[in-house]
Amino acid sequence: MEGMTFIVKTITRLLIAVIFSFGIYITVYGHLTPGGGFAGGIMLACGLILLTLAFGKKTALGKLSDFWASLLDNLGAFTFWSIAMLGYVGGYFFFNFLEKSDPFQIFSSGTVLVNNLAIAIKVFASIFAVFLALTIFGRFVSGLISTEDEE
Amino acid sequence: MLFLFYTLIVFCIIGSIIAIEARNILASVISAGVVGMGLSILFLFLGAPDIAITQVVVEIIVLIILIRSTVSLDNTAITKHRDTFAILSSLIFFGLFLVFAFMAFQGLPKFGEPLMSVSSQYLQNSVSETGASNIVMGILLDYRAYDTLGEATVIFTAILSAFVVLRAKGKKKREERDKIRVGIPGKDDLPETVAEIDEESESVSNI
Repeated sequence: MEGMTFIVKTITRLLIAVIFSFGIYITVYGHLTPGGGFAGGIMLACGLILLTLAFGKKTALGKLSDFWASLLDNLGAFTFWSIAMLGYVGGYFFFNFLEKSDPFQIFSSGTVLVNNLAIAIKVFASIFAVFLALTIFGRFVSGLISTEDEE
Repeated sequence: MLFLFYTLIVFCIIGSIIAIEARNILASVISAGVVGMGLSILFLFLGAPDIAITQVVVEIIVLIILIRSTVSLDNTAITKHRDTFAILSSLIFFGLFLVFAFMAFQGLPKFGEPLMSVSSQYLQNSVSETGASNIVMGILLDYRAYDTLGEATVIFTAILSAFVVLRAKGKKKREERDKIRVGIPGKDDLPETVAEIDEESESVSNI
């Protein structure tokens, strides 16, 4: 059987939605409560790493392969940079060009929310990619992650 | 409160000494994780929940990645004896550093009383200027977004180089694959002389 024991798989199945929704909450409410894109993105990556350890590499790579991880990484960095460049519409680099409304609302802070989302996507993809690179690539493969395409 | 700080700092110092001195790699990885957890509690009591959350999450992920990549290695115990000269010289330089740091830190302002007036400007105008009620996020992604862009670039470069160095399959065609695979090769896999390497590449290309 691929992955860890039955107990770990059941607990993971219960917890994975909670972990992902908490990561998204930390990201989206980053400008209102403590947290932000970096912490939220790492929480999302933690969820996917838990999935990899519990169910084996086939399930996790089916959800997000290494190609898509590096693509998302590039996409997040590119989005962040383009928001910075769009600031030239209003005058200067990193200008907060979106409309700002009353504080303590979700859409209250202009580009901060969009920047948070971009950083979360970028950190999520890149941390998962580092995990893939260190554990699945090359020879660092052990019993927990199956080794069927080794020659 | 001050007693709690000193307890946590001593706890962190003891944890890092154990992490350096432990002979087993797994044990030292776990004590490094203990140091990070103590640090995050310290940040929480200092009134910095943003940094505390980030510290906890990063510590967990570093622990997982380090354990995953060290557990499968064969050689996890250090067998070499210690070098007396290295220990002596590092102790002397550490003592020198402590003396000079003590002399330099005499001139710093007291804790909680910043010398600059920039931070008070941020505290007064952040909510009205950026609209973010979390002032830390307002500074990080509006006033100082350039710093965040630099940090994102650092992560991006690190991932890029990790993917290039650690990838499983090379860009070459399958027939001319190297005998030495990515990772740490065994002793038998390594060719011993340059002539042997040439021989191997020739035989591969002949096929």
